[in-house]
Amino acid sequence: MSALLEIEGLRTHFFTRAGVVKAVDDVSLRLERGRILGLVGESGSGKSMTGYSIMGLVDEPGRIVSGRIEVAGTDLATLDEPAWRRLRGNRVSMIFQDPMMTLNPVLRIDTQMVEAVRAHNNVSRREALDRCRAQLSRVGIASPDERLRAYPHQFSGGMRQRVAIAIALVNHPDLVIADEPTTALDVTIQGQILFEMQKLCRESGTGLIWITHDLSVVAGLADDVCVMYAGRIVESGTVDEVLDHPMHPYTRGLLDSIPGRNVPGRPLSQIPGMAPSPQDLDQGCAFRVRCPRAREDCRVAPATTRPTSQRTLRCGHPLP
Amino acid sequence: MITSSLPLVELRSVSKRFSRPAGVAARIAHRLGASAPQGTVHAVEAVDLRVDQSEVVGLVGESGCGKSTLGRMVARILEPTSGERLWKGRPYEEYEHEAARSERLAIQMIFQDPYASLNPRMRVADIVGEAPVVHGLVSRAQRDEYVADTLGRVGLDPSIMRRFPHQFSGGQRSRIGIARALAVRPRFLVCDEAVAALDVSIQAQVLNLFIRLREELGLAYLFISHDLGVIRHVSDAVVVMYLGRVVESAPVAELYAHPNHPYTKALILEVPDVAARRRRYTPIRGEIPSPLAPPTGCHFHPRCPRAFERCRQEAPALREVAPGHASACHLNDS
Ligand SMILES: Nc1ncnc2c1ncn2[C@@H]1O[C@H](COP(=O)(O)OP(=O)(O)OP(=O)(O)O)[C@@H](O)[C@H]1O
Ligand SMILES: Nc1ncnc2c1ncn2[C@@H]1O[C@H](COP(=O)(O)OP(=O)(O)OP(=O)(O)O)[C@@H](O)[C@H]1O
Ligand code: SF4
Ligand code: SF4
Ligand SMILES: [Mg+2]
Ligand SMILES: [Mg+2]
Repeated sequence: MSALLEIEGLRTHFFTRAGVVKAVDDVSLRLERGRILGLVGESGSGKSMTGYSIMGLVDEPGRIVSGRIEVAGTDLATLDEPAWRRLRGNRVSMIFQDPMMTLNPVLRIDTQMVEAVRAHNNVSRREALDRCRAQLSRVGIASPDERLRAYPHQFSGGMRQRVAIAIALVNHPDLVIADEPTTALDVTIQGQILFEMQKLCRESGTGLIWITHDLSVVAGLADDVCVMYAGRIVESGTVDEVLDHPMHPYTRGLLDSIPGRNVPGRPLSQIPGMAPSPQDLDQGCAFRVRCPRAREDCRVAPATTRPTSQRTLRCGHPLP
Repeated sequence: MITSSLPLVELRSVSKRFSRPAGVAARIAHRLGASAPQGTVHAVEAVDLRVDQSEVVGLVGESGCGKSTLGRMVARILEPTSGERLWKGRPYEEYEHEAARSERLAIQMIFQDPYASLNPRMRVADIVGEAPVVHGLVSRAQRDEYVADTLGRVGLDPSIMRRFPHQFSGGQRSRIGIARALAVRPRFLVCDEAVAALDVSIQAQVLNLFIRLREELGLAYLFISHDLGVIRHVSDAVVVMYLGRVVESAPVAELYAHPNHPYTKALILEVPDVAARRRRYTPIRGEIPSPLAPPTGCHFHPRCPRAFERCRQEAPALREVAPGHASACHLNDS
């Protein structure tokens, strides 16, 4: 059987007046049913754009310039607009980093949620409302009846995030792309959401891409992890392999920056320097200006290697 | 110079209620004698807070418990329903006149939702550089250089200055918001989930910047975050809220070593760790209480593993349980 999601050589570029921004540059990944893939990496490295590319939501002046995206064996490039609409919000859904991309500020929550249900299911308004209410409770929203009648601005930041999660899950999609969905949630509510996510994957075989900078969530939730830097996946593998034995210097730097591994009040260990601006990327390894292991030959882009059967790496001088 | 014993910011019994404009039916019912209008949210209830110069007070609590509302009242974006706010010992109202503009500028807020707080039609150079020019902190001729410098401090390449907000990633936008707040050289910063959208390396860079500004310029912070690792790293003292009320406050080391309130204990017990793999996450036990219909007595009782009869009837008061350490729980009475 084909994988739930398979991406091969995806390139999504923005053609701006200042130059070409290679937001996603040769990304390949694979996700099986019921599995959870953590996608981490530098701010601006192309994580959200990878998600938008799968959802067919890349806007001008951006464009998928090459690559293939297959969902359950269907090449997305072959779909027409009605087929896209059936796919989005039903079989594939995305929880956006900014919940206001999901929510319309001038419509009440009930209007928006019921619409999301009825667009893909032939059910009465009453039944749709029942589903919405149940879904809101699952993401920890109390008094769902009254909250359904409210407008987005009457919610706190984390409550808006949870409403967006509820909408994304209400039709039990096969594939969910969750983009930083719990950035404003305290650990107890986050635990509730992660519990629901695990349950969905286990019971319905939903595949999940979890984009986050929170490495402890990746550690606790995901099976596999991909680390992105400047539009590329620089390292991937099982969570245990990558987090316990990072081979790419950027992954190592990330792990060292976690506040819990530093002395309170003292400066945190940080990766020196700045990510190169994406229109300035040349052929070499994009990390080399910041990399403690960089050598002369890093001016030529390192090829993707497979240190073990489940692992990929883009680095000429990896950590031992 | 102000006397050092005076807090920079002080809140005295500050509350905020939002009442939803009730629907027509409810309004008629109300006129016909039904009780209070429906849907009043007690977002913040009688909160006292004090932040000294150079101090970092961490604010944690459940999603929807009133942290942003409190932060917005401190940053004078929102008016409290009742209570008093003091800046350097004098009521906020005394700073309304024109001559006190620089004092008003001294409090800045970094918003939880960076996108909604950035004008989509303005370029980054204007978003960050406008206020400093208007308020005479830099000349118009020096503006771009000043903006470039500020952007560099939060890890953004100055070449992006001519771009609009929608052309950025989430974490880049959030750093534009941070740069904007820093650009007017505040004395006090309300950081509302300011580093939540940043990968840990850039987060480290921004936190290091905050720590440095505090050491060099005496900047003080109200630091709202759900990340207990970050809170522990930057704060001197921590305030824990639950459903509109402060339930515990203590110096940072004391709070992590001896959490007193059952909600705080639940938080600290669950601090996530990269070493924990394939966790079995658990749903919240008990009912999640709603700010629209807060439970009687202690707001935490529907979820509290140690709740007893009195908790359902009587709200516990905040009481000192150790020097500088206050908690609101009936268990401390026995
Ligand atoms: N409209 C646009 N025009 C030009 N560049 C853009 C545009 N939209 C996004 N980009 C660039 O594309 C790159 C990838 O953005 P993306 O949103 O995927 O990052 P990300 O990995 O999700 O980061 P974050 O963790 O900060 O959300 C960024 O460098 C961003 O500046
Ligand atoms: N403009 C408003 N109108 C009505 N209710 C509001 C408004 N703003 C906030 N609330 C309500 O006040 C309560 C507290 O919201 P607040 O945004 O302060 O929470 P928070 O602690 O910042 O939560 P989060 O961590 O999720 O951001 C919530 O129940 C929210 O629904
Ligand atoms: S390829 Fe070279 S510069 Fe790039 S990460 Fe590896 S050692 Fe560092
Ligand atoms: S007062 Fe009662 S319900 Fe509230 S935290 Fe203490 S024990 Fe739990
Ligand atoms: Mg993003
Ligand atoms: Mg908030």
